[in-house]
Amino acid sequence: MSATSFVRLLERVGAQGEGLLAYLGGLGYLTLDTLKHTVAGLVARPRIKTDETFFQMVRLGVRAVPIIALVQVFVGMTLSFTLAPVLSDYGQLDQLATVISKAVFPQLGPLIASVVLTGFAGAAIAAELGTMVVGEEIAALRTSAIHPIRFLVVPRVIACILMTVALTVLANVAGTAGGGLIAYLVLDIDPWQYYHTAMEALIVKDVATGLIKGGIFGFIIVVVSCYEGLSVTGGAGGVGRATTASVVRSIFLIIAANCVFTALFYFVW
Amino acid sequence: MSDTVEPILEVRGVQKFFDGRQVLKDITLAVAPGETVVILGPSGCGKSTLLRVIIGEYAPDTGHVYMWGEDVCCASPERLDTLRQRFGILFQSGALYSSMTVGENVALPLREHTDLDAQIIEMVVKMKLELVGLRDFENLMPSQISGGMRKRVGLARAIARDPQILFYDEPTAGLDPIATSVIDQLVIDLRTKLGVTSLVVTHDMKSALRIGDRIAMLYNGEFIAIGAPDDFRNPTDDRVRQFVEGLADGPIPLRVSKTDYLSDLLGIRKEDLA
Repeated sequence: MSATSFVRLLERVGAQGEGLLAYLGGLGYLTLDTLKHTVAGLVARPRIKTDETFFQMVRLGVRAVPIIALVQVFVGMTLSFTLAPVLSDYGQLDQLATVISKAVFPQLGPLIASVVLTGFAGAAIAAELGTMVVGEEIAALRTSAIHPIRFLVVPRVIACILMTVALTVLANVAGTAGGGLIAYLVLDIDPWQYYHTAMEALIVKDVATGLIKGGIFGFIIVVVSCYEGLSVTGGAGGVGRATTASVVRSIFLIIAANCVFTALFYFVW
Repeated sequence: MSDTVEPILEVRGVQKFFDGRQVLKDITLAVAPGETVVILGPSGCGKSTLLRVIIGEYAPDTGHVYMWGEDVCCASPERLDTLRQRFGILFQSGALYSSMTVGENVALPLREHTDLDAQIIEMVVKMKLELVGLRDFENLMPSQISGGMRKRVGLARAIARDPQILFYDEPTAGLDPIATSVIDQLVIDLRTKLGVTSLVVTHDMKSALRIGDRIAMLYNGEFIAIGAPDDFRNPTDDRVRQFVEGLADGPIPLRVSKTDYLSDLLGIRKEDLA
């Protein structure tokens, strides 16, 4: 490799790194701004828009209930089929519920729920806010002294975090139940036995870390998609790019954050 | 404008650059209370940029904008918000909030910034919509009404809180002649009945002559003529005459490309052509 092409490579890496830093900085700035407006809305007028928050909870979260439950049932069933042969080799098939619940509650529940929700809520938020930018709606809000962060972002952030935690609970139950379904139908394990084994195996840490992670993933989804939506430039094409980017980047950040927090809980808790 | 009246809106020495290209060159303009000033000019002359600088959306690179004697460009976000509650803007597209009904759009500034009772707000909404002739459309979504109607709803929303200054970005572009007259008459009524100060950015010559107390023509980022509508009926400047009379040939070129056409077509440099 010649010296000039090496310099060019360095320049490229530098430019990419700078872009990444700017992106993360943008997310951080949006987070701080949102936090500021949330706290301000809690202590003084103008208050947080509760009706809008509830509306967003329904729009972003409630409609995702069937799909997340169904996906998670399939995940649980797949787990059952995958783990049953291994466990019976060791003569531990009665511990199937232990393994499944230990996999679902702290890991697969929040992870799968939030990945599905990314496609559901994240894409919707990015497309909606992006269209509002293109249609000058955001400018209209700002110039009528209505802060877009307070008016649009804060309700979505609260709604998305609450709903991801709630959907994590649903995903946990659905995933474990999906595993139980196969255990009962195929492996001949008594459902009550399965249930009690799962209940005995789960400790507070499994459930709590799963829910904490759910909240964090919900936060990632909503901040990334709001940021992508609000920074749309260039018309309909820009909205499309923002929607795709919000899904891809959210999923990447969720999986990376999952790794970081799993490690953190491994060492700290 | 007489010199004794303190201007309600003043633009002083504003310059604006985008990527090194100068879009606004030393713009200075003073608007007296109750006056309707029309900023006229061909597409791409910097009209919309000037409007965005005035309302505090863009910061000027040099110069200042004063409203009620207060500098918009240096105002803190809180001060700017206070100023913004005292003026209204009609955006080119109407910029209605697409997730809200027509009525909710008009009600929003009232709900957000006043303590008015819901019933009072509903009455005000009906009154403002009646002014633009769309009272029956209160419960429709913006996507269910035509572009011209959206613009009229945008105007109803802009005047919802009875602002002292109103900014219009191409209020009549894309409207049929009747709707244009309705909007023009509304601008005139707001001035005569309520004493609203208006700054209208447009390229619609007819409507400019109808509503303007003063007209300023912007070309290439600078004012080339400022005067009463009568001055524009018989202009002396060739560029103004071309615009007013809508002539294809004249000092204002249709083609704004800077590169040589032939060399661009053939993909070679101009020097090599010879």
